[in-house]
Amino acid sequence: MNPDWIAGLIGGLMIGCAAAVYLLGNGRIMGASGLLGGLVDGTGRSNMVERAVFIAALIVAPALLVLIGAAERSAPIAGSGILVLAGLLVGFGTRLGNGCTSGHGVCGISRFSRRGIVATLVYLFTGGIAVIVARALGWTA
Amino acid sequence: MMRLVIAALAGALFGTGLLISGMTDPAKVQGWLDVFGNWDPTLGFVLTGAILPMLVAWRVAARRRTALTGTELPPPPPQKIDGRLIAGAALFGLGWGLSGLCPGPAMASLGFGGVPFLIFFAAMVAGMLLFSVWNRRA
Repeated sequence: MNPDWIAGLIGGLMIGCAAAVYLLGNGRIMGASGLLGGLVDGTGRSNMVERAVFIAALIVAPALLVLIGAAERSAPIAGSGILVLAGLLVGFGTRLGNGCTSGHGVCGISRFSRRGIVATLVYLFTGGIAVIVARALGWTA
Repeated sequence: MMRLVIAALAGALFGTGLLISGMTDPAKVQGWLDVFGNWDPTLGFVLTGAILPMLVAWRVAARRRTALTGTELPPPPPQKIDGRLIAGAALFGLGWGLSGLCPGPAMASLGFGGVPFLIFFAAMVAGMLLFSVWNRRA
């Protein structure tokens, strides 16, 4: 098998285990956009510390792994203007649609949630369109 | 206190998994999303790997009333497919495809990615705030 597929599968299993620990331990759905969004707009005030600790660990663990040389530092693929546009779309879209890859994709599909499955099909479709557009217009490396 | 330990453990495991899977590498992710072009199916392996433990976790959750820390487990998911879900997912996908970054990996890259990743993160937070303002008026 392609080494990227193996790394993807192993990394994916870790992501799923993280979501399982968070669900069975704290009773919460591990959705990245929801965890951050609740801090940003104040709707997650009741469990702010828990959200902040989760996000801090999410930032620190990969940073340490890169620091000790266990993983490669990745490079951005788009210029600042595109990154700003894309960031705004991701921030607004995930709050409007109430989830992202982790919430709808991982936690939603695994409980056969109709909303999670539909959202995932939609963002994979528009994601594919965006890659075509970005490549056609030379917005990527 | 136990809740915070679990949150830290889950966050660290999530970040490590995102890094190892390649989700934090925008160039790879764009190739995984290039479904109409020269598609690399690695994203399917990541998603499948992530869904497997959660299939088990939801089955365990169905037989329990509360989580380990005593919190109630999430209620059954809402079923309503509405315009907000479709439009939100569509906008998110466009941003994900353009940048190769979704919210989890965007946060996981903050500690090592440098300025471009900070710019993306700041714009993502701004987008969330914009939604909050728009949502209060709508």
